[in-house]
Amino acid sequence: MSENNNQPKGKPVSLPPRAAKPAGPPKMPPSTGKKPSGPPGVTLPPGKKTAKSGVTRKDFVSDQDIRWCPGCGDYAILATVQRLMPELNVPRENTVFISGIGCSSRFPYYMNTYGMHSIHGRAPAIATGLKASRPELDVWIVTGDGDSLSIGGNHLIHLLRRNVNVQLLLFNNQIYGLTKGQYSPTSEIGKVTKSTPYGSLDHPFNPASVALGADATFVARSMDRDPKHLKEVLKASHTHVGASFVEIYQNCNIFNDGAFFDFTEKESKPRRALLCEHGKPLTFDNDKKGLRLDGYRFEAIDLEGDWSIDDCLIYDETNRGLAGAITRIFFDEALPQPFGIFYREERPNYDRQLHDQIDYVLSKRGEGSLADLLHQGDTWVIEE
Amino acid sequence: MSDTTREKKIEVLSDATILFAGDSGDGMQLTGSQFTLATAYARNDLSTLPDFPAEIRAPAGTTYGVSGFQLHFGSVNIKTPGDEVDLLVAMNPAALKVNLGRLNPEGTIIVNIDAFEKRNLDLAGYDANPLDDDSLQAFRVIRVKLTTLTREALKDFDLGQKEVDRSKNMFALGLALWLYSRPVEPAHEWLEQKFGKKPEILKANLHLLSKGFHYGETTEQFLVQYDVRPAKLPPGKYRAIRGVQALAMGIVAAAEKSGLQIFYGSYPITPASDLLHELSRYKNYNITTFQAEDEIAAVGAALGASFGGTLGITGTSGPGLALKAETMGLGLMTELPMVVVNVQRGGPSTGLPTKTEQSDLLQALYGRNGEAPLPVLATSTPGDCFETAYEACRIAVKYMTPVILLSDGYLANSSEPWLIPDPDDLQPFNAEFITKTNELEGSEAAFLPYRRNEETLARPWAKPGTKGLEHRIGGLEKEDVTGNVSYDPENHQHMTRIRAEKVARVKAEIPPLTVYGDPKGQLLVVGWGSTRGSIESAVDRVRKKGFTVGAVHLRHLNPMAPDLGSILSSFDHGLVPELNDGQLVRILRSDFLLPLHSLCKTAGLPFKASEIVARIEEILS
Repeated sequence: MSENNNQPKGKPVSLPPRAAKPAGPPKMPPSTGKKPSGPPGVTLPPGKKTAKSGVTRKDFVSDQDIRWCPGCGDYAILATVQRLMPELNVPRENTVFISGIGCSSRFPYYMNTYGMHSIHGRAPAIATGLKASRPELDVWIVTGDGDSLSIGGNHLIHLLRRNVNVQLLLFNNQIYGLTKGQYSPTSEIGKVTKSTPYGSLDHPFNPASVALGADATFVARSMDRDPKHLKEVLKASHTHVGASFVEIYQNCNIFNDGAFFDFTEKESKPRRALLCEHGKPLTFDNDKKGLRLDGYRFEAIDLEGDWSIDDCLIYDETNRGLAGAITRIFFDEALPQPFGIFYREERPNYDRQLHDQIDYVLSKRGEGSLADLLHQGDTWVIEE
Repeated sequence: MSDTTREKKIEVLSDATILFAGDSGDGMQLTGSQFTLATAYARNDLSTLPDFPAEIRAPAGTTYGVSGFQLHFGSVNIKTPGDEVDLLVAMNPAALKVNLGRLNPEGTIIVNIDAFEKRNLDLAGYDANPLDDDSLQAFRVIRVKLTTLTREALKDFDLGQKEVDRSKNMFALGLALWLYSRPVEPAHEWLEQKFGKKPEILKANLHLLSKGFHYGETTEQFLVQYDVRPAKLPPGKYRAIRGVQALAMGIVAAAEKSGLQIFYGSYPITPASDLLHELSRYKNYNITTFQAEDEIAAVGAALGASFGGTLGITGTSGPGLALKAETMGLGLMTELPMVVVNVQRGGPSTGLPTKTEQSDLLQALYGRNGEAPLPVLATSTPGDCFETAYEACRIAVKYMTPVILLSDGYLANSSEPWLIPDPDDLQPFNAEFITKTNELEGSEAAFLPYRRNEETLARPWAKPGTKGLEHRIGGLEKEDVTGNVSYDPENHQHMTRIRAEKVARVKAEIPPLTVYGDPKGQLLVVGWGSTRGSIESAVDRVRKKGFTVGAVHLRHLNPMAPDLGSILSSFDHGLVPELNDGQLVRILRSDFLLPLHSLCKTAGLPFKASEIVARIEEILS
């Protein structure tokens, strides 16, 4: 793996601004033989140990060894989901996790529910078929930035516009991990990776904007390093009827370590992360700063100076325009990166409508019989 | 003139082939189907060949915009849409130019002479009007001022010029119905249904239909009227059916007999879209349809439905099958039932979307990564689509595997009289779900998703929602019995073989082959798919000439009927006619190590029986 260390040969190029250092090489920690635990510095949310039903987190832990790299952000997300499950009061046997391909997509193997680890990019399509035919099931999709925004981009937008009643968790680590470190559709411009030794050229997707553009009815963003926030967002996504899109910033400590540290680490998080909450003023930096709208532009204001909290914009998650605007704050050095539930809308969900339509046809025409169908239309009899 | 009516001679024919051809906007498909319906009412046996361009409304008057509908009908057993056309109805010069080659040397042409003006002649690429020179001398040409007559007939109607001109196909239909002594009632009824809410258009169409019919009676251009007597079909109740309708009903039958909900996911593609159209009407037959965002989503959704305990079906045509390959592999790996219908068309790439071909056999058999065998079935006649679709569903569920069902553009669109089957005659179709854990004896309770049925090697089907059977499946190699992810070399070898063996065991479902014609002798024709009619007609003809020839038609392409080898050994020669460049023959040669002959055609059209006859005679002479 040492070839990854080599600087690109030939004429040195000036990297585009914001170009990152080459990612990797993967410095695998020595194997301790111990089951890896979550990333350091993560305290899992307290949460009730057992729900009313007596079901606990352990009931959702499968017997499979977890094969993610030690220190991967996926561990914290898995633990959070497993802790959330008993609180949802959904029978384990009615819960299904569907994934595509990639590191995040190994997720279903570790959940003691029904699950399918499917094909690269196709989890939304498979989940749509499952949910359309079994709407009573509680279906979760686990996907990554490459899986759902590159190879599976088409299925993602159609799942969202149809508003299939599922929860989609997009683990965004801005890198291809399982294929060992190529840039992804969310990587920043100029990213130096194995496949882009001179820096990547393509403009990255802003996943929340993609989701809003596809008319998603629930759009949120959280992070692996704040399990409490993550759990709240996931719980809300589950309550939402329709397709819930939850982008989760997830650290790939092997190939893209620290991609989100600005927003997730305690030194910088207060200044750089903005928590959007419905009905509350947009403040950050421990309420020392806030956001106001100046025409169509957001402006960070100093609440210890000329501005007060009354000048801050009150967030409204039902306002599509606002959601569109806030999510456009995207790796902006002058403004904090927003997290939370950006948008929530009630709109009929596809799986429900599909069955309503079938019920309507049944009420109009009654249950069909093959014998009648065969004899419909123009028929004639040939006598012996 | 009316006095001449009763003097017209009626000539009785055993069979006839008629071809309606015009611009794609001329309503030729409709005219053809209405003539077909009338022919079915006249109790003839029949076979049709709709032939239309890929463009919906190609520029009027061009040769590439010509749409045709060919119908072969008779009092005798009709197996093909006819080698040669007896009557060509040409609505414009392009239609004449494109189809003249299909006309019988003594054939008749009815031409709309109004359309033979400079612009149309130029568009069709005629330097001179073929009606004015001697180029059509060999044929009987009946010149009809179709446009003028239509306009005259409708001059008192409150319709625009465009609507009037668009109705001229009804005049042509009426005339053709008269010429072959067909009843007009079916067309009447159809028009009443179709235009019930537009009384002026209905009246105009009915008026034109009878004008056309009476024109035949009164004009002196026709000295003879033909009649084709009822065919001696087996007794019972019949209906005219297109392959795509029968296929959809076969799927309905699978839902009803198995009690399974069926989920059909599809993306519009010619010529498979009609299957989606048909099935989407059957919402009250336990069938859910889903128009996906693409081919991959269509098959993905079908597989997701199958994981949920519903039978997932997807339909497509060649290019779409290529896109579905990866998901079929996942279906094979996760061992879930699924049916993939491929209504084949001319390829490669976009190819000839509206023309027929059988060139996806190798794709169906081998077009997936890894060792990925799947059962493959093919339909052979429009009516056979019903039973084969049912069988494909039954095998998919019984053996827990995706099954590929091959149809083609000709089968999907052509129609024939169909002796309505009795659903009770279908094989039983049991769909079972596992409800309890299936641990090995003496072990603690566990669900083992890959613990197989010893007879079929099928794994159990567990419905999400069943307590205690929570399990994970996926595309990574599975450990036998437990279904856990396994990279173990010996396990992979074992699983590769067991997946192949499971498909091989589908042989148990295949009934003995029926040999058409001679059970042993000089030559055996081995066919598959829509060539059945042409092959059997060819066998009839060569046997009349004294050759001993038989034919078998394969519904099962993988695995194949166990008795095929012994039948092949009863003949001196073997011939495999295919609408591709020799795909089945390649497999049979390697499976049986026999020097089989091949007859290949990739012209977008079915075989003429005469083409197969010629090849047989060539081999045997």
